[in-house]
Amino acid sequence: MATVATPGLGGKTEAHDPHESYLAEKGLKSWLFTLDHKRIGIMYLIGVLAAFLLGGILALLVRLELFTAGRTIMTAEQYNKVFSMHGIVMVFLFIIPAVPGALGNIFLPIQLGTKDVAFPRLNLTSFYVWLLGAVFGLYTMIHGGVDTGWTFYTPYSSKFTNTSVIPMLTAAFILGFSSILTGVNFIATVHTMRAPGMSWKRLPLFIWALYATSIIQVLATPVLAITLFLLIFERAFGLGIFDPSMGGDPVLFQHFFWFYSHPAVYIMIVPGMGVISEIICTFSRRAPFGYFFIAMSSLGLALLGFLVWGHHMFVAGMSEYSTMVFSALTFLVGIPSGVKVFNWVTTLYKGSISLKSPMLYALGFIFLFTIGGLTGLFLAMLAVDVHLHDTYFVVAHFHYVMVGGTVIAFVGGLHYWWPKFTGKMYNEGMARVAFALVFIGFNVTFLSQFVLGSRGMPRRYYDYLPEFQSLHQVSTIGSWILGLGFLVMLVMFVQSLQQGKDAPRNPWGSAALEWQTPTPIPFHNFVDQPVITRGPYDYHLATEAELDEGYAPGERPADADD
Amino acid sequence: MSSEAATADATTEVPEGHDDHGHDEHGHNDHAHPSYLAHHFDTPQQQFDAAKVGMWAFLVQELLFFSGIFVAYGIFRSWYPEMFSAAAHQLDRPIGAGNTIVLLVSSLTAALAVREAQLGRKAGTSRYLLLTILCALIFLGVKSYEYNHKFQAGLLPGHFYHPHLHHLVEGSPALPENAHIFYSIYFMATGIHAIHILVGIGVLTWIWRRNERGDFSKEYYAGVDIAALYWHLVDLVWIYLFPLLYLID
Repeated sequence: MATVATPGLGGKTEAHDPHESYLAEKGLKSWLFTLDHKRIGIMYLIGVLAAFLLGGILALLVRLELFTAGRTIMTAEQYNKVFSMHGIVMVFLFIIPAVPGALGNIFLPIQLGTKDVAFPRLNLTSFYVWLLGAVFGLYTMIHGGVDTGWTFYTPYSSKFTNTSVIPMLTAAFILGFSSILTGVNFIATVHTMRAPGMSWKRLPLFIWALYATSIIQVLATPVLAITLFLLIFERAFGLGIFDPSMGGDPVLFQHFFWFYSHPAVYIMIVPGMGVISEIICTFSRRAPFGYFFIAMSSLGLALLGFLVWGHHMFVAGMSEYSTMVFSALTFLVGIPSGVKVFNWVTTLYKGSISLKSPMLYALGFIFLFTIGGLTGLFLAMLAVDVHLHDTYFVVAHFHYVMVGGTVIAFVGGLHYWWPKFTGKMYNEGMARVAFALVFIGFNVTFLSQFVLGSRGMPRRYYDYLPEFQSLHQVSTIGSWILGLGFLVMLVMFVQSLQQGKDAPRNPWGSAALEWQTPTPIPFHNFVDQPVITRGPYDYHLATEAELDEGYAPGERPADADD
Repeated sequence: MSSEAATADATTEVPEGHDDHGHDEHGHNDHAHPSYLAHHFDTPQQQFDAAKVGMWAFLVQELLFFSGIFVAYGIFRSWYPEMFSAAAHQLDRPIGAGNTIVLLVSSLTAALAVREAQLGRKAGTSRYLLLTILCALIFLGVKSYEYNHKFQAGLLPGHFYHPHLHHLVEGSPALPENAHIFYSIYFMATGIHAIHILVGIGVLTWIWRRNERGDFSKEYYAGVDIAALYWHLVDLVWIYLFPLLYLID
């Protein structure tokens, strides 16, 4: 039997059968010290799902508290902490690393046709840095948490609150490093590690999206790092640069913060869009309409993301000329977003559509993201924003993009690639039930919040006027349906791991490269180094064997070796 | 990237086992697989390119990290031009200029270390790496002397600002209101820069040790190359900090 050598972290070299699954080796140490991008991706997956569970429980608590006006289950101080922690956990621990860290880590090298990312050690480091940040964050939560909201606005965060702001800023600072390292790794991988024949024009759309995301991660995250660094010193030593009583400027903090945090929104959504592009092509069984435009719109979003941070600050004290420029630039974001939505819809046209559960999530994404995107234009209007700023309208818009967009895409991608990386099929009926619950629950929760916001309900308030109560209750009931949907999904995935049928190589009949390798994935991703002769969506060039069985052309069968 | 080089250490030749034809059946074994080549790369060139691209991406990240400080500097300078001018007067220009020269020399020695490594001259590489580290230490020593003076004069950030008149530079204009902001920015900027120098000393020392161990050769010198790239960036940041903080009136 032929063997392939791979290094372990301890410097010892292990021999692998090229057909052997990456899951074959057992034992905790084989996971904790692995340099294999797939295993690191799985560890990320477990980590971000745990963060999602924690953030989700906090969200349910927030909604439960708002079920009645006044006190329902917690005090106002506790409420401030719970919604702050919900935001921090969901943004920094879950949604930023979710798609790139978990799904991207597993599938980026496979889609490129290579053995690993460019820097496997850096990859493992970035996971452990994430874990360190998560530990800091949890420590802060146990130590009373913070009540600043996830935005840490000065001077409240620097001078007034008595909660554990510094440890939480340190946690976010550390998590930023993890994000930067992943970005650096992916950029180098896409540039230098593509398989023979994998030209830029054949790059899968998921890769284009991850590449665009990596650029934002590398360019924007360091600005967050310096901002948090300055804020830590501001709070600890009274630097004065964000403190108006010392000649500083609190609005400067907002500029710094949003210079990262607006691009960060694209770090969250663009990889999700990449997942959706993959799913739509596979389940329409055709090439995407306007491949080049979808690819470039990812880069377009990455670029525009840096030019629109001021739209978070229309009422925070900027010159009216600045606000006009930021407003106009914000409208431009509609162009790449629209290009994507229209191209996805056009891809469906005359496609051979199969409504499997990943496709349901993809269609759900298009629907929800469209609502989320269009309501963003309301907020980009200067006059309208004065009314809607800091209301539930903003909360609903943000959640339509982040949950209706990214979370739906992440979950859709999880369904889509689950058979490949676990080697198990899941119960399709249960998956559909879960989708229905999530989709309905989500809309009930957040559609009502658009109405609340447009009627003037401010965000982050503990108490509210009696006329808002019925809509708040609708929203809370929606959150229970949404939670139930995720619970059903969890049961379904656990069941799949325990008793799922073994997955074939190519259960969806996709022409994409990652489906042409054995299931579960071999240690080096492919039995032989693939040579790319067609694009990932060239269904007219794919052979019957590829689409039905997933055999890469010229690959040696498992038993032909000796 | 530094991690790459380390991975290469762990890689050994493909073991053949009992199979006498398995070796060359694998695509990535078509060419010789030298010991420094990590298992997931096909060619040394690919490995070198990946390290370079990764390091450049990392350096871009570093620039953006410092950009926050530069923006804060620009904004507060435009708000309080007289204060900045008066506060900058308290910094020691000859010492700052001397330190700038030390860093410029260190960049030259770092570049020479790369050249020696490219030529496969182990002793020369070590010599220039040590010279670079020496310059870095001199820089930090001078910097701590400057810091010490600022501490004595009470020219400190934010709340800690309490100038002692007898410690100020003679004949300098009186320090106007809000001068603590200048020193906040001064200490944050030079402090973060000093942290980068410390990291650089660590990296260069590690590369020096690996060079002594014989890890590098004419064919494989990526570690020296990217460590020097990092060092040039640290130098470059100072080239901007020096005139902005010390020279502009």
